[in-house]
Amino acid sequence: MRTLFDKVWDNHIVAEEEDETLLYVDRCLIHEGTRHTFDTLHERGLAVAHPDKVFAFSDHYIPTDPKARAGGVDKIPDADIRNMVELLIHNTDEYQIARFGWGDDRQGILHVAGPELGLSQPGIVLVGADSHTATHGAFGNLSFGVGTSETTHVMATQTIWQRRPGTLRVKIDGPLGFGVTAKDVILAVVAKLGIGGGIGYAIEYAGSTIKQMTMNERMTICNMSIEAGAKAGMIAPDDTTYQFLAGRPFAPRGAAWDEALKFWRALPSDAGAKFGKEVEIDAARVVPMVTWGTNPEQSLPITGRVPDPAQEQNAERRTEYSKALTYMGLQPGMLLTDIAVDRVFIGSCTNSRIDDIRAAAAVAKLGHAVVPAWIVPGSESIKRQAEAEGLDRIFTAAGFEWRAAGCSLCTALNGDQLKPGERCGSTSNRNFQGRQGPGGRTHLMSPAMAAAAALRGHLVDVRELGVGN
Amino acid sequence: MEPFSLLSGVAVPLDEANLDTNQLCPTRFNKVPKGPRFAQILLHDRRFNADDSEKPDYILNQEPYRHAVIAVAGRNFGVGSSRETAVFGLMGFGIRSVIAPNFGDIFFSNSLKNGMLPVRLPAATVDALMRQLLDRRGAQMTVDLPNQKVTGPDGNLHHFDIEPLSKRRLIRGLDEITHTREYGAAIKTFENNQRKSAPWLYS
Repeated sequence: MRTLFDKVWDNHIVAEEEDETLLYVDRCLIHEGTRHTFDTLHERGLAVAHPDKVFAFSDHYIPTDPKARAGGVDKIPDADIRNMVELLIHNTDEYQIARFGWGDDRQGILHVAGPELGLSQPGIVLVGADSHTATHGAFGNLSFGVGTSETTHVMATQTIWQRRPGTLRVKIDGPLGFGVTAKDVILAVVAKLGIGGGIGYAIEYAGSTIKQMTMNERMTICNMSIEAGAKAGMIAPDDTTYQFLAGRPFAPRGAAWDEALKFWRALPSDAGAKFGKEVEIDAARVVPMVTWGTNPEQSLPITGRVPDPAQEQNAERRTEYSKALTYMGLQPGMLLTDIAVDRVFIGSCTNSRIDDIRAAAAVAKLGHAVVPAWIVPGSESIKRQAEAEGLDRIFTAAGFEWRAAGCSLCTALNGDQLKPGERCGSTSNRNFQGRQGPGGRTHLMSPAMAAAAALRGHLVDVRELGVGN
Repeated sequence: MEPFSLLSGVAVPLDEANLDTNQLCPTRFNKVPKGPRFAQILLHDRRFNADDSEKPDYILNQEPYRHAVIAVAGRNFGVGSSRETAVFGLMGFGIRSVIAPNFGDIFFSNSLKNGMLPVRLPAATVDALMRQLLDRRGAQMTVDLPNQKVTGPDGNLHHFDIEPLSKRRLIRGLDEITHTREYGAAIKTFENNQRKSAPWLYS
C-alpha cells in the first residue's frame, strides 16, 4: 500500500547512493531570474541535456503596466530590469528552450501559464526555479522548487539528487462556509503547521473539501505548501483534474490520452497507505483569514484582534510578536478590521486565476476603490478571458487598475513595489519584511477580501458585504 | 566547489528565529551576477540604511563579527524563496557554516551545493551556544565536518548528523554534475523504459 507520493517517487528513481536518490525530472520550468544558471552553463561550457523538457516564462521581471507592454522590450526604462528580460530571450534562443515571454499570448506566471499549457500532468516529477513550484502538485505530481545550482544540474543531466522526504497528509473535510475560499483554508493550514512545520515533508492534501475544489482552488492550496516549509504539496488526480487537462496544448491526445488516463487513475494513495504524519482540519471552522505579522503563519480570522505580545506565554514568541508588530506598525489588541490599507494587490501565482478575478469583480461591482488597487492577471490568457466576460470594465468602473500578466507586486522585482511604510492588502503568498518592497507592509488575504479592503480603505470581513464564494 | 573540512573562527550569534531568504538577500539583489558584491548584500536591509550608510547597531557591522566565519541562528533559518543569492551573500561575507535547529529545505540544499555547511543541532543546544556567544563577545567555535562535531565557546563538543553523500561531496569539493555523469548509462536506460511506460511524455 503506497501513497501518491511513493508512487511518483518510485517511478522516477534512476539510481540510489547511500541515502540519496537520483530522480529523473520530466519537466523543468524557469524564468528570467534563472540567469545564474545560464551564467554557469556558459562558464562551464555545459550543454542542456533535453531542451524540449525545459520551459521558460517571462514573469518575474516583465512590466505589468499595459502601456509599457505595448512598447518593445528595449523600451523598459530600468536598464537592470530590461537586461533580465533580454537575458531570458538570448539564453533560451541560444539553448533552444521554449519560451512563453514578451508578446506571446501564452505568457504568464510559470505556475499559472504552465498548468494552462497542460505541462503539469499527473505522475510526473517537475522542478521549477521558484519556491512556489509546489503549485503544480495540484495535478497529482511531485513538483518542487530548487535553487540555481540544482536548476543547472537538472538542465545539464535531466536528474536531481534528493533525500526522500517524509509524507504528511492534511485532511480537510466538510463544506466551506459563506465567504470562505481556498486561500483561507491554506492560510489556516499554514497557521496550524507553522512556517517550519512542513520542513522535510511532502504534503498530500485530501478530504471532501479538497475533492470538491476546482483545479484553480487546488492550485491555490498546493501553492502555499512552501509557506509551511514543505518540499511539495500534492492532490490525488481525479475527474476534475482530467477535465482541466483535456485538450490543453501539451496534454496527450487520442490513444495517448487513453493510455495516460489509465496510468493516472492508478496514482491516488491506496486505501490504508501510511503517512508519516497526519493533520486534520474541519472546513466548517475556517473563516476568512488575514495575516497581521511578518510571516505567513502569523494569521488570524478577520473577526479577531492583533495579538498582544504581553499575553503570550512563550518568551521566544513574545519577542517575535513584538518585532512583527513594530515592523507592521500595529497596536496590540486592535481590531483587525481597524487596520487601514494604502494599497491593494490582487494577483500572484497564489490568486490570479479566473476564479480569483471573478471573486474580486463580484466585490468590486458593489462600490468604488478608495485606495489604489491593482488587478494583475496570472496570464495573458486569463486576461483575455476576463475581458471577454467584461470583468475588466467592472474593475475600471470601480476605480481598480487592470494590468498585464506577471508576478508584479508579489515579488517586487519588476519595479512594481510598495514605498517604505506603505501597507498593502494582498492576495500573494508572503508577508516577509520587505517582500513587496523595502519597508513595505503586507497583509495576506483572499481576492474577495482584498477587493473589499479596496472599497473600504481598511481590512474588512467580506461576508458583511453579502458576497460569498 | 570549494572543499569544506575543518572551520574555526569567530562565530556570530544571529539571535532571531525565522530569518527568511528575503532578509538574507533582499529581492532587488537577485539579479546581481555571482561575485564580490554579495559581501555587502547579505542581510542588506538589516545592515544598511536607505542611503547605504551602515547601521552601527547591527551585529555584523561590529568587530570582530565582520570576520565571522560561523553563524548561530534561531529556528527556520532560510525559509521562503528559493533564491540561492541568500547563500551567495553568506559565502561572500565569509560565513561558511550556519548552525540552527532547522533550515528551509531549499536553502539547505543550496548551501551544500556551494560549499557551505548548514548544521542542524537540537534547539536546546543551539540556545546554549547562542547564550555563550552573547555572553562572550567574539568567542570562537569550530565545525569539524569529518568528525561531525561542533565545538562550542565553552569547549564542549556537539555531534551533528549529515547525509554521507553530502558529507563526501563537501569534504572533497566534488562537483555534482561530474559525479552524476557517472550515471549516464542509468539515465539513458531510465529514459528508454519511460518511453515505453509513459510514451505520452515523449510525443
